[in-house]
Amino acid sequence: MDREKLRIGSGAGFAGDRWEPAVELVEHGDIDVLAFECLAERTIARETLALRRGDGPGYSPKLEARFRAVLPGCAAKGIRVITNMGAAAPLAAARAACDIAAELELDNFFCAVVLGDDVQAVLLERPELTLLETGEPLESILPRMASANAYLGADAIVEALASDAPIVITGRVADPSLFVAPLLHAFGWSYDDYAKLAQATAAGHLLECAGQVTGGYFADPGVKDVPALARLGFPFADVSADGDVIIGKVLEAGGRVDRQTCTEQLLYEVDDPSGYITPDCVLDMSDISLSEIARDRVRLGGAHARSRTPTYKVSVGYFDGFLGEGELSYGGPNAVTRARLAGEIVKERLALRGFTFDDLRIDLIGLDSLHGPGEGRPEPYEVRLRVAGRTAFREAAEAVGWEVSALYTNGPSGGAGDFANVREILAVQSVLLPRELVPTWVKLVTAP
Amino acid sequence: MTVTVRDLAHARAGDKGNWVNVSVIAHDVSGYEWLLQELTEVRVLAAFASVARGPVRRYELTQLQAMNFVIENIRGGSVTQTVALDIHGKSLGTLMLAIRLFGNEPHPG
Repeated sequence: MDREKLRIGSGAGFAGDRWEPAVELVEHGDIDVLAFECLAERTIARETLALRRGDGPGYSPKLEARFRAVLPGCAAKGIRVITNMGAAAPLAAARAACDIAAELELDNFFCAVVLGDDVQAVLLERPELTLLETGEPLESILPRMASANAYLGADAIVEALASDAPIVITGRVADPSLFVAPLLHAFGWSYDDYAKLAQATAAGHLLECAGQVTGGYFADPGVKDVPALARLGFPFADVSADGDVIIGKVLEAGGRVDRQTCTEQLLYEVDDPSGYITPDCVLDMSDISLSEIARDRVRLGGAHARSRTPTYKVSVGYFDGFLGEGELSYGGPNAVTRARLAGEIVKERLALRGFTFDDLRIDLIGLDSLHGPGEGRPEPYEVRLRVAGRTAFREAAEAVGWEVSALYTNGPSGGAGDFANVREILAVQSVLLPRELVPTWVKLVTAP
Repeated sequence: MTVTVRDLAHARAGDKGNWVNVSVIAHDVSGYEWLLQELTEVRVLAAFASVARGPVRRYELTQLQAMNFVIENIRGGSVTQTVALDIHGKSLGTLMLAIRLFGNEPHPG
């Protein structure tokens, strides 16, 4: 394709993100491509489970709402959509998109679906693989496996873009690859053009969490103020055929884009900045510069990269027992001491009833629940007791909230506002899988 | 005179598996140089002892006036297993900002 510049908008940074900012990008952002990142580490395991149990479609629960909001505008303006909202059921997601397009009477609508990320069958034959987090063999969690998905790269998405489908739907792909792919497609860059891959990957990394680069997860009133956070705008990147990258947002939208917001997001979830591994390259951030060139416009330069690795990272979701939680609040004089006593009572009750936990934690929200105990903190006027236990047994998990609620009539004075919850724990660990074991392919889905 | 990290820098926390990273981005060059000297891996591990076992690794990005701290072995395990309220460690950037640095105030840049 012979274009000079591509503008890619970021429509979501997680499955539950707001949808108005994406509509704003479509209406006022002058974007060419809109990418939605909606798949956190554990989300796909949850959706796989929902699908298997028949209590969910297997794709991102907000997919319909997002597509209804943006598809009319995207169709009118020729904006292409790329998203990992397919989660555990990308084909079903594409059929849902086609239904919505039919409802909206959009012409010539079809989806290109990227497949191949689900590698459960491959892993079942390779129990000897090593889990990256614990060093144990994969075999130890294989009987409890709920999902296994390889983080595919931009190349698989480029293949789908070649179809000219208005929407590309994927399951698990690396987040930056959602943004790298349309650049490879538009400019015909190759996988050994490291300078451009580096710039594209850095841009994708800045955009993948949407509002986190435009002033979300940033404000500290009085020190770091952000205008109009209730109308936070989502970002776009202007990328030129020679790899120049400028991050921006719709000027009228809330938020801010500057060196501070971009630097925080550049290092977000980064280990060694000189070796940020994606399926497309190994990004080296050492020489990256960020410069403010206008209001809400930051130029990114100096990204370097090395060749992609011979393996894909695979997230393996597996059942790891149950989490039981209970909460109750205490206020006024001696609140902290009464809440502490309440926590000790619950702990003793759970032991008396013969329940054991892999981890049992007692927090006083308002005092020590986030950063643990610390010296010299003032005693709060009110605190909220939180008891949380992880266990292989559902009955034990249920007992946690039960015993906290029973404090109402049996515990210290003034316990108020109980909450109890039990959920199944889907844990995630990772393995590396040689690329040749993970074939990818594209399937087109058309409206009925 | 006591200076906190928050006087000199801003910060953001992120997580992957059983580690968190906290970036520390200085407001100016003199603050960055002061932080390089004072905000060591040892001092950060001490501040994070109640939430992580460590070790702590520090990376420096001079042109961004930024450091990246990787804090390993979060107590309670990874985001998908932990029973902690803050499963992602999102609040740990402010634990970094609260660290007190004892000594002389940096000279104005």
